[in-house]
Amino acid sequence: MRTALERRHHENTATVTDPRRSFDIVLRVREFGIIAVLVVFVAVTYGIQHRFLSGQNITFILFDTTIFAFLALGEAMVVIARCVDLSVGSVLGLSAYLCGRLFSVVHGIPIPVVFLVGLLIGLGCGVVNGLIVAVGRVPSLVVTLASLYIIRGIDGLVVGGGVVVASSMPSSFITMGKATIFHVPYVTIVVAILIALGAYYLRSYRSGRELYAIGSNPEAARLVGIRTGWRVFNAFAVSGAIAGVCGVLWASYFGTVDSTAGTGYELQVIAAVVVGGVAIFGGSGTVIGAALGALLLETINTALYVLGISSFWDSAIAGVLLLVAISLDHTITLHVTAARRKRGNRLVT
Amino acid sequence: MSPEKAAGQPGVDLQGKLPAPAGPDGTVPSRANLQRWMRWETGLAVLLIGTVVFGISVSSEFLSSYNLFSLGLSNGEIAIMVLPMALIVMTGEIDLSVAANLGLSSSMVGYLWTHGWPMPGIIVTVLVLGLVLGTFNGLLVTRLGLPSLAVTIGTRILYGGIAEIILGSNIISNFPASYTNIGVTAVPHTDLSFSALVFLVLAVVVAIVLHATPLGRSIFAIGANKEAALYAGIRVKRIKTGLFMLSGVMCALAGILYTFRLSTAEFDNGTGLELPVVAIVLFGGVSIFGGKGSMGGVVLAVLVFSGIQNVLLLTNFNQEGVGVVTGGLLLLSVLAPNIGELRGRAVQYIDRFRRRPIADAEPGA
Repeated sequence: MRTALERRHHENTATVTDPRRSFDIVLRVREFGIIAVLVVFVAVTYGIQHRFLSGQNITFILFDTTIFAFLALGEAMVVIARCVDLSVGSVLGLSAYLCGRLFSVVHGIPIPVVFLVGLLIGLGCGVVNGLIVAVGRVPSLVVTLASLYIIRGIDGLVVGGGVVVASSMPSSFITMGKATIFHVPYVTIVVAILIALGAYYLRSYRSGRELYAIGSNPEAARLVGIRTGWRVFNAFAVSGAIAGVCGVLWASYFGTVDSTAGTGYELQVIAAVVVGGVAIFGGSGTVIGAALGALLLETINTALYVLGISSFWDSAIAGVLLLVAISLDHTITLHVTAARRKRGNRLVT
Repeated sequence: MSPEKAAGQPGVDLQGKLPAPAGPDGTVPSRANLQRWMRWETGLAVLLIGTVVFGISVSSEFLSSYNLFSLGLSNGEIAIMVLPMALIVMTGEIDLSVAANLGLSSSMVGYLWTHGWPMPGIIVTVLVLGLVLGTFNGLLVTRLGLPSLAVTIGTRILYGGIAEIILGSNIISNFPASYTNIGVTAVPHTDLSFSALVFLVLAVVVAIVLHATPLGRSIFAIGANKEAALYAGIRVKRIKTGLFMLSGVMCALAGILYTFRLSTAEFDNGTGLELPVVAIVLFGGVSIFGGKGSMGGVVLAVLVFSGIQNVLLLTNFNQEGVGVVTGGLLLLSVLAPNIGELRGRAVQYIDRFRRRPIADAEPGA
């Protein structure tokens, strides 16, 4: 059964080489596009102000990107499956506060345990989101909008007017994020590896490909036997868990956590994902692209600062970039679909 | 968003059976839905009465004219933005740029005022600007065919950015008292704030247009099935663009009122208000996939939302906890209407899990 299927799959790929190849190229172009914009931006900024590529500045950009790129990994998986997770900012905030507090509640708690707690807090939130979306078959936008409020509300109730300050956390935890090798924070390396693993999973594993199938056509995916609910549930669980871990990173990096930590991150993360070429209605895009999108937005942010252009221009440029990215993707998709249709017709005749 | 809707609609997979032929799809469920939404609005009305009763019982202040005034005042701008948002969501689109639009309008009021413009001129200019912002959204969505969710996240950042460029870190607060009084006084002979009055008047107009004119029917039709609406001769793109333009103007109006209420113009005025606006619309029973909902429900949702917030404020309930209530209600609004269906699905789901081990044992490749 399996081999027959595989053989058929093989034949299919053999006969439909053309659109596949064109599609691949387009995808590659898509990521090249982001990299090209990134390189141009960095080059121009460096040309004007050499300080931009100073080690310290690189560290700064990379750390800021790390949290966003990591969040974008989870968000991209959800978006690829034609859902959306608006609760990541709230989950991050809750996890950041609780984990920050943990240090003063349990003295001498090992840092990995704190990460584990953050992960579990996030996982819990993600599991609830995923359950409601998958079992209730309720639109994820509404569910996660609700959980955005609920989790932030719980956060507020727990935190009250409280603040976790850097002095209440062990110094090894605070400096952890700042430790670097060749100006690259260790945390960034770890996250980059995780993103690479995520990319490999989505590209090469059946369950990863199924997310794309669900995003392209949920109904068709279900009819061919993909357990759509289970896959979507998993995507939400992963996204939540990642947001939880990001909360711990956030606490480590900023040192001060109150009830507003991570407010408004959700739309920024989605923006990064979309800039990175993940279609907002699912089915295409990669997590590498999403991470690059986060890097690009963060780089622009810093570049403007370094160039002495008022940082007030930052959002406007990011907004234009996002709109250009969406328009570009749309045009590309139209072309690819047209090409496929043409090819499909030829196969039929 | 429409394909998802079609997927979620009738009981598609009863033991893997194919869905019933698409023929009667449009008519049969819609009647069932009508009843369902009627019930949802009844629920909202009950909730509103409950809120009022609870409010009276916990605080003698609740029905005082000052409290009613401040209730309307603090929610007026959100309420105004809710109206066009409801219409847009009914067509199956969304506008996340409303708060940024409000902020930009507010910044523009401040900017023009510091440049010596007369206030009436400023108001007209800002309303026109709002129209332009809304048109830009509308054109990107309809003419380029881009998903509104992504587009308006983009324009949200863009408009917020323009507001930042215009005003920078300046805070403008030297507005003439004759205008800022709008924010601190009630409409003569009533307990209504001006923004609440504007909302109520607009709500009546929008309700009439939505429920008693061909245009209103078209809006529902577009949300229910865009292609069918198009083939029925409805000018889908034009109507959608029009709604985004309407949203732009309304947000600008809200921005002006917001500026007068706080008598300050800052670039980040109203940041983050888009999500409460969407939440209220959905809470009012408007389907996120479009085609369903009513103005009655939306207005009730506005009242319940602001009422609950106000009661919690009066009882000195932790303000942070308001989010739990808001989110809980929102969740309830999507889960409650199909609780029966949900039970069936849950059973089915458990069933599917039981059969799972045979189906596949597939790690990778």
